[in-house]
Amino acid sequence: MIQVNERGFYGKFGGAYIPEMLHPNIEELKGNYLRIINEPSFQKEFDQLLKDYVGRPTPLYFASRLSEKYQTNIYFKREDLCHTGAHKINNTIGQILLAKKLGKKRIIAETGAGQHGVATATVCALMGIECVVYMGKIDVARQKPNVERMKLLGATIVEAVSGSQTLKDATNDAMRDWINNPEDTHYIIGSVVGPHPYPDMVARFHSVISAEMKTQLKEKTGKENPDYVLACVGGGSNAIGAFYHFVDIPEVKLIGLEAGGLGVSSGKTAATLALGREGVLHGSRSLVIQTEDGQVIEPHSVSAGLDYPGIGPVHAYLYKSTKAAYYPITDSEAMYAGLECSRMEGIIPAIETAHALAYLPKMNAKPEETTIINLSGRGDKDLKTYIEWFGDKS
Amino acid sequence: MNRLDKLFSEKENILNIYFTAGYPKLEDTMHILEILQAAGADMVEIGMPYSDPVADGPTIQESNQKALDNGMTISVLFEQLAKLREKINIPVVLMGYINPVFQYGAERFLQKCADLGIDGTILPDLPAPEFEEELKPIYEKYHLHNVFLITPQTSEKRIKEVDRLSKGFIYMVSSNSITGAKSDIAQKQIAYFERINALQLKTPRLIGFGISNHETFKRACAYAEGAIIGSAFIKLLANSQDLEKDIAQFVKQVKGQV
Ligand SMILES: Cc1ncc(COP(=O)(O)O)c(C=O)c1O
Repeated sequence: MIQVNERGFYGKFGGAYIPEMLHPNIEELKGNYLRIINEPSFQKEFDQLLKDYVGRPTPLYFASRLSEKYQTNIYFKREDLCHTGAHKINNTIGQILLAKKLGKKRIIAETGAGQHGVATATVCALMGIECVVYMGKIDVARQKPNVERMKLLGATIVEAVSGSQTLKDATNDAMRDWINNPEDTHYIIGSVVGPHPYPDMVARFHSVISAEMKTQLKEKTGKENPDYVLACVGGGSNAIGAFYHFVDIPEVKLIGLEAGGLGVSSGKTAATLALGREGVLHGSRSLVIQTEDGQVIEPHSVSAGLDYPGIGPVHAYLYKSTKAAYYPITDSEAMYAGLECSRMEGIIPAIETAHALAYLPKMNAKPEETTIINLSGRGDKDLKTYIEWFGDKS
Repeated sequence: MNRLDKLFSEKENILNIYFTAGYPKLEDTMHILEILQAAGADMVEIGMPYSDPVADGPTIQESNQKALDNGMTISVLFEQLAKLREKINIPVVLMGYINPVFQYGAERFLQKCADLGIDGTILPDLPAPEFEEELKPIYEKYHLHNVFLITPQTSEKRIKEVDRLSKGFIYMVSSNSITGAKSDIAQKQIAYFERINALQLKTPRLIGFGISNHETFKRACAYAEGAIIGSAFIKLLANSQDLEKDIAQFVKQVKGQV
């Protein structure tokens, strides 16, 4: 297991670099989150909703044709089968229950691709709580179906028009809203980013992924542990959920795949671990893609959910301490891996997820080894991108 | 003696004006400083622009973006301020987010500030424990002051902590909001100002956020050593055709000298 210290640091990464105006909100959360999520009544309600509403446990599926092709044993952890189509809802269920216990009447969230926005709008509808989702103006235009879903679920969408008008700016605007509404509002962050206690809290809500992996693998194969766990990394929430219970087991190799975009040295990339330097973004110290002067650079990825210039501090820590390894995957490698999975397993993965699948041809796993890929989401939202990419070839 | 300490020991009704370095034009920084001093501003706060200013509303966000597009960086700002103390004798503090300062190198940054005659910094997203452990000795070495913020939501325990750590003045944010949200001082805020006054803090205070004209400046001065104007001044810069004339008039109007 991986723990933050009292001030929210994993090694030198993390912390709470926030203006004083946010301090009371963060202090309230920090002072209460562990107590609340450890209460038996909270755990009971959380587990029940994960089971009956989200559809957990999600299956651990043996991908036989891909296993044969790559001459090894490949399992998918089917987070794509969660309600709303991605792992994101594990976190939003946890946070909405927490917000209720804190007596909050209004929820705000940021979203890039719209998956976290949809997962937040969904749990707000479930609980009858007002929901406001910040989304960059550019993302609103390129993620229309998810915008429509959020609206249908009753959420208000506010376009972020500042800066580069994408995910990082939506996050800025959500934080500004929280400063302006410190008493009745809870901010549901969508990944293991932001000031302490968010990275730790969000990681805990997703840790169910690796807890289930362990039991299911044992049931299916008799093995205690896989040899590899692969996951795509944007902010890093699905990856930390998949790594959580394996972090201190040295024989399990943990591999995160980040968005290389057009290539790490192309200037059009979101490969934060490959390119980022230490810095502060959205309240935590981590690695950040930035100019020499410390201005945050707008990243690029074909996948809106990985299009973020920072990364959760826990991954900066795992990377620097070599407890996990991270590699960039280009747009093109991811798109072909998504197509291959569709054709060989009958599963259309989210383009985010396809980044993890794209590591299969590169990893040279042995025939006796076992790899679990965290299939973080389904690709329905990405149909347009797939179709435009492959044109007649598909 | 640090110029801030001197100012606060000698004057009341202190007017501190914020503006963004390199805005509206890259080369305006020194020029605006000189006009402000001539017009009667008691001190100035120069904003170092940042791509992601989370505590700021649209007016200051836009000035930050424009300044960055103009090519402003910390290094450029330091070049522009090379002759600061040949021309300017009022206190000058630098305000900005912590990331660009970390990239420049905190010690190198503070050393440069001291060389140029800067008196202090306001770094809203620098947490107190990190300041105390990593940076306080460097501030002391260079005789620089770091200013902390309090808001109506800040607990009494924390206010005492801020009072212990603050040098120069405490930045008293008038309401729970980002900058430029509303321009007013309401009854609720007065209760907060009075509550803070009753604490008998050792550090003097300037009230900021919501101060835009003589009326709000005067009200703030009744409860603190002075006040800070930011967004209203940036709006003036954005619309001005004649900086010299408009700034002089603005400062006089705020101070009630017209
Ligand atoms: C399916 C899917 N996977 C992964 C991500 C990336 O987020 P994280 O790195 O927090 O798992 C997203 C984000 O939108 C997503 O929708």
